[in-house]
Amino acid sequence: MARITVEKRVEDVPRWMPAATSIFAVVAAFVIVGIILKLMGGEPFTVAKFFWNATFGSWGTFSDTLVKATPLILVGLACTVAFTMKLWNIGAEGQFYMGAFFASLVVLIPIMPPDSPRILVILTMMVMGLIGGALWGFIPGFLKARFAVNEIITTLMLNYIAILWNNFWIFNKWSDAGFQMTPTFEKSAWLPRLSDLARQYSFFSGMTLHAGFIIALIATVVVWWILKYSKWGYEIKLIGDNKEAARYAGINITRNIILVFMFSGALAGLAGMIEISGVVHRLQERISSGYGFTGIIIAWLAKLNPFAVVLVSILFGALIVAGREIQPSGLSQLIQGIVLFMVISSEFFLRYQIKFVREEEPPTKGVQVA
Amino acid sequence: MNNDSPPYAVEMENIVVRFPGVLANDHVNLTLKKGEIHALLGENGAGKSTLMNTLAGLYRPTSGTIKVFGEKVDFGSPGDAIEKGIGMVHQHFMLVPTQTVTENILLGLDEPRFFMHLLEYDKKVLALEEQYGLSVDPTAKIWQLSVGEQQRVEILKTLYRGANILILDEPTAVLAPQEIEEFMKNMRLMVDSGKSIIFISHKLHEVSEVADRVTVLRKGVVTAEGVSMEGLSKRDLAELMVGRTVVFAVKKKPQEAGDVVLAVDNVQAINNKGITALNGVSLDVRSGEILGIAGVSGNGQSELAEVITGLRECKGSIRVNGKEVANKPPIEAIKSGVSHVPEDRTRVGSAPTMSITENTIMKCYRLPPVGSGLRINYGTAEEIAEELKDEYDILAPSVNTEARKLSGGNLQKVILAREISSDPQLMIAVQPTRGLDVGAIESIQGLLLEQREAGTAILLISEELEELMALSDRIAVIYEGEIMGVVDAAEADVDEIGLMMTGAHAEDLV
Repeated sequence: MARITVEKRVEDVPRWMPAATSIFAVVAAFVIVGIILKLMGGEPFTVAKFFWNATFGSWGTFSDTLVKATPLILVGLACTVAFTMKLWNIGAEGQFYMGAFFASLVVLIPIMPPDSPRILVILTMMVMGLIGGALWGFIPGFLKARFAVNEIITTLMLNYIAILWNNFWIFNKWSDAGFQMTPTFEKSAWLPRLSDLARQYSFFSGMTLHAGFIIALIATVVVWWILKYSKWGYEIKLIGDNKEAARYAGINITRNIILVFMFSGALAGLAGMIEISGVVHRLQERISSGYGFTGIIIAWLAKLNPFAVVLVSILFGALIVAGREIQPSGLSQLIQGIVLFMVISSEFFLRYQIKFVREEEPPTKGVQVA
Repeated sequence: MNNDSPPYAVEMENIVVRFPGVLANDHVNLTLKKGEIHALLGENGAGKSTLMNTLAGLYRPTSGTIKVFGEKVDFGSPGDAIEKGIGMVHQHFMLVPTQTVTENILLGLDEPRFFMHLLEYDKKVLALEEQYGLSVDPTAKIWQLSVGEQQRVEILKTLYRGANILILDEPTAVLAPQEIEEFMKNMRLMVDSGKSIIFISHKLHEVSEVADRVTVLRKGVVTAEGVSMEGLSKRDLAELMVGRTVVFAVKKKPQEAGDVVLAVDNVQAINNKGITALNGVSLDVRSGEILGIAGVSGNGQSELAEVITGLRECKGSIRVNGKEVANKPPIEAIKSGVSHVPEDRTRVGSAPTMSITENTIMKCYRLPPVGSGLRINYGTAEEIAEELKDEYDILAPSVNTEARKLSGGNLQKVILAREISSDPQLMIAVQPTRGLDVGAIESIQGLLLEQREAGTAILLISEELEELMALSDRIAVIYEGEIMGVVDAAEADVDEIGLMMTGAHAEDLV
């Protein structure tokens, strides 16, 4: 008689195993989606091919995927930084909006005349985006550090305030002919795109990928370096692992709560600025389709590893792009949900191991049941 | 059951409880007469709680028999024990803060079934309260109550479930002095109305005040079995409890102490529960000297270590080499050359999922050679950790091993290695050898003596009297946040220290 038992792992899992489990979980998720499609009377392979073509199939579509991945990378990093210290910043969405708002002020007030050099306008917008997000991170950070207010509640609430604040100015002050958007910005406020090069190199024509992607990659390296090699990163990890030990080691926890919240907010704010300056070119309602919340999932799936954040963001970017092409559009969300479900479930295999135990034959007592 | 009812409410015979690697109870006998208060006395980790959890059905003994009112029982769960009339009040209360007293008492019972009928049950609770003199408003929410009142609710809970035998696990540990007095009266009242009580404690004066008989445990073995309190002095009890074990041959060189490094002057502080923990403590520690702090745990030792290292606020003055460190952030103490081996090595002393290397640089990552500019030089950090691993004989696969994977002794060595390698002026060592095996204890005691020879001032807080006697130059005895007296370790008398640990002043003992 063989029996299956589940035991807690005592020894370390091999190094390759966490990554392998995650990849396997994603693959399994797609298989499950395929089975669901089949059961619903669909053609999984046709859909898969369509999905591939719409997201990675050509340079053009791949560029679209990366455009969608760009804000996700930054909000994913924002959550990664905060979660490493066990600060539950659910407010990347609001910080994203505030970053977008502050960056737009450069054009809308205007802080700089429209004919200023592009590089200067862009840099100012970046700084403003960082400030806007950091400010929106400072509020919950300060409240938590000073009055021990639960950051999950404050960040969640501040999301709504940021969105409504944005709407107020869009409708009230800078509305373009009554629509819920401002007039399109001058070109000097646009991040350069690949399609700008189309005149020299026709290969790039129609490609919407903008310099924001490079900025996101630079941010990834910066965050990685900070968390892995800097003194500050060490403090963040130590506080996250054991707050009491960090206090005992002389680390100022109050200050770090505020600083990390501001850093996290600044990254999300930068994402907002990039979306404004690289994609929509104006301030408008619903600039984010819940990027801030997707960032939470991304950070989690990436297991707080900045480089993994980039990969997961590209996958999620692809799902968003595919969602626009595939009917019903909810299919993308279905896939997202199943991926998340599978990756979280796969954690089980890292903590437990499944063993097949061969049991001794039970002692027979006279009568044998056939 | 026949007419002449058995004299004993509980008889536990040859109880053995074995946990992986630990023999918590080694053939323990305990008998509880009907209508008596029986004290179970012993140091921390002596096996008192284990024995009582066995009686309350939380653990099953490895071997041994338990009889309740003469009937042999085998409890599979706490429910079985409650059915036989055994109720245990744990040290940590199990109450729902947002519900009322009555609701908490009714929690988990079959009656009332659907509607709570609270008014009716409030009256029942009130009647029960009057019977045993345990007054507390039945309609009050738990969070509104003082700790003493919450304890009464816990007792009411067991009484309401029909308990005749009450086990109280260190009930006075959470109470303020006035509350303790009240509590003692309540215990008498309950016994007078027919209940039998087992009272766990390690405070001698309480035991001698209230108990009829006493059973003393030491390291899992009974050293006194159901002895009548009459004619027993506190001195006798102290000896039974602390015992005399073989002291390791520690070679302490005679040495003249140097200048005063730590000067604590009239320090007052409260503990996490808001009760006074330090009440005007003053002491000095000189360089090249070990000052031992003796005392039963929970008398302010932890708080003393915390105020010196900046982890707790206080009133009064604490100077390290003349510099005030009281009420400054912990970094100030670290900068002044104070190192700290904390009482709780996992909760405070280390970061569980970080590596040995990352745990060793906890205090020195700011400065060269480990810190350089904004970054940490992990190469250097690893070299340092490797050196310390060899020097302190830390057993681990590598310096990349996570701290949580280390045994208690090896983790303690990592902490000691870190704290000693900072070349401290003053070292605060709290229970540095607690829970370790003989080999680890010996090497850690050796390290402390080396530090003494190197001229460090050491404040050694320990509950092991033998350890203090062997290592210290002077011993200060702390009791309820006050220093009862300071004695020269070479001339100290264990009994005298034992008495001071229970509240006698040094000058009264002459």
